[in-house]
Amino acid sequence: MSVTTGEDGTKPGERKQESTSYPEGEKIYRQYCATCHQANGSGVPNLNPPLHKTDYVTGDKTRLIAIVLNGSDSGLEVNGQTYANVMPPHGFLDDRQVAQVLSYIRTSFGNTAGPVAKEEVRAVRDSK
Amino acid sequence: MRTHFSASPWWYIPLVTSFALGTLSCSTKEDKKDGAVLPDEDNAELKLPDGFGALKVADSIGTARHLVVNKNGDVLVKLNRPKDGKGIVILSDKDQDGRADSQTGFGDYGGTGITLKGNYLYASSNTSVFRYTLNADELPENTNVPDTIVHGLIDRRQHNSKSIVLDENENIYVNIGAYSNACQERDRTKDSPGMYPCTILDSAGGIWKFKANAMKQSYGEGTRYATGLRNVVGLDWNKQDNSLYVMQHGRDNLHDLFPELYDTEASAELPAETLYKVKEGDDAGWPYVYYDQKQGKKILSPEYGGDGKKEAEEGKGKDAIDPLVAFPAHMAPNDLLFYTGSMFPEKYKNGAFVAFHGSWNRAPEEQEGFMVAFVPFQAGKPSGEWEVFANGFAGTGPVMSPGDAKHRPCGLAQGPDGSLYVSDDANGTIYRIIYSGK
Repeated sequence: MSVTTGEDGTKPGERKQESTSYPEGEKIYRQYCATCHQANGSGVPNLNPPLHKTDYVTGDKTRLIAIVLNGSDSGLEVNGQTYANVMPPHGFLDDRQVAQVLSYIRTSFGNTAGPVAKEEVRAVRDSK
Repeated sequence: MRTHFSASPWWYIPLVTSFALGTLSCSTKEDKKDGAVLPDEDNAELKLPDGFGALKVADSIGTARHLVVNKNGDVLVKLNRPKDGKGIVILSDKDQDGRADSQTGFGDYGGTGITLKGNYLYASSNTSVFRYTLNADELPENTNVPDTIVHGLIDRRQHNSKSIVLDENENIYVNIGAYSNACQERDRTKDSPGMYPCTILDSAGGIWKFKANAMKQSYGEGTRYATGLRNVVGLDWNKQDNSLYVMQHGRDNLHDLFPELYDTEASAELPAETLYKVKEGDDAGWPYVYYDQKQGKKILSPEYGGDGKKEAEEGKGKDAIDPLVAFPAHMAPNDLLFYTGSMFPEKYKNGAFVAFHGSWNRAPEEQEGFMVAFVPFQAGKPSGEWEVFANGFAGTGPVMSPGDAKHRPCGLAQGPDGSLYVSDDANGTIYRIIYSGK
């Protein structure tokens, strides 16, 4: 008898770690974002959008910050696809945390956009 | 109540052996007998029990959801999104080697549900159910003008697929999934309370029953047959005991929403994906309770005052039905089929096959599922442990993210000869599993 999928029951998760300039952002990402958007930022087909190769992440920072703070339930189209699940609001993160996690996302998963400053997060929060 | 759940490490129980094809691998047409269907040399990369083989009927046909096979062996597949303007694909096999040699299509809508009954084909969009009359070749006619049986069902993107099945008395059962994870005031949002009562249950989170032969029905003409079912994609009518059976997708995000009660591992392994037999009026308890397969109990949801141990309370899942089988969490059971064919060995007769789409809500743990399971049944009850029947869809190596899975099982159908068909909505592959062992 062979084992079903070849695994031996050992703990998974020995995945390759990308080095990041935003370790705090990575930690926040793993805690609050990775379940839905996945550790590699690929999202989940039909359910949760990817965070790579999309203008929503690498483009306008104000729009991106607002989605994190306020959430989104409008079925945004990302690269021609819509996604079923809501993005819950993450306004409970402070300005620095939001800036860190967005800087991490914008420079990870193959993204090469610029970082986000906590002042930029504050400006979006104040404009509500 | 019976549950069938093995203690850790349940996942790796070696239930399936690789089927070495050996002498059956001569698939050239010169060698084969007329009309004989032979498996692919590599069994289409599937791992199956001894004596079984598999072939690819077709590949890359689109987002293949549920499927049916007519009496002539034509395969009709519902696509989640229309491809080239066609939401239902017909695969035909004129030379009868098992591989489709003609592909046509119709229906300009996406969706999941498709079923055959009597002289009709039924298919669903995410809001409606349509009916097509079959011609002498068992194929739908007047495909541009189907009858609209049901319309106006709720579609708020989340859990919007409308799976369908008919009973023996001209009734059609339609799943209407809850547009929510746990009926919080704000969905999937930390510290947002659970709504009480959960008003989503008025129009979703259950199975609705309509007349199969009446036109333009909506909520007013139907009845809520069963409630407290978060999202059902796989359902089947069991003709042996004349009952509806459904597979529920259990809730997500226990750790994200309640990190103080559930660590990432508990969140990856709770709650169970559950098989229910549902009678009219049954309540399966969502959103007030979930089924914990380790404790073997219905546990009060944390949104409703639960702490991971408190059990169902009065008015909150106390009278909810128990599952017949509790599968591991988050594997996303997308179809259910009671096998009535004669091709497979006796143990499979009248048992249940379940197509698992594979998980996403286990991150950061490895994703699981991506397989077809089997549950033996006798006299309307599970008669043994569930087991992995067909595996290998996702490819080799661990799947950390569902986007990495090469194929994802989504639909099941039985062919006229007793073959089992499996659809894949990631790559659009249609598999046919046959038994050739003696």
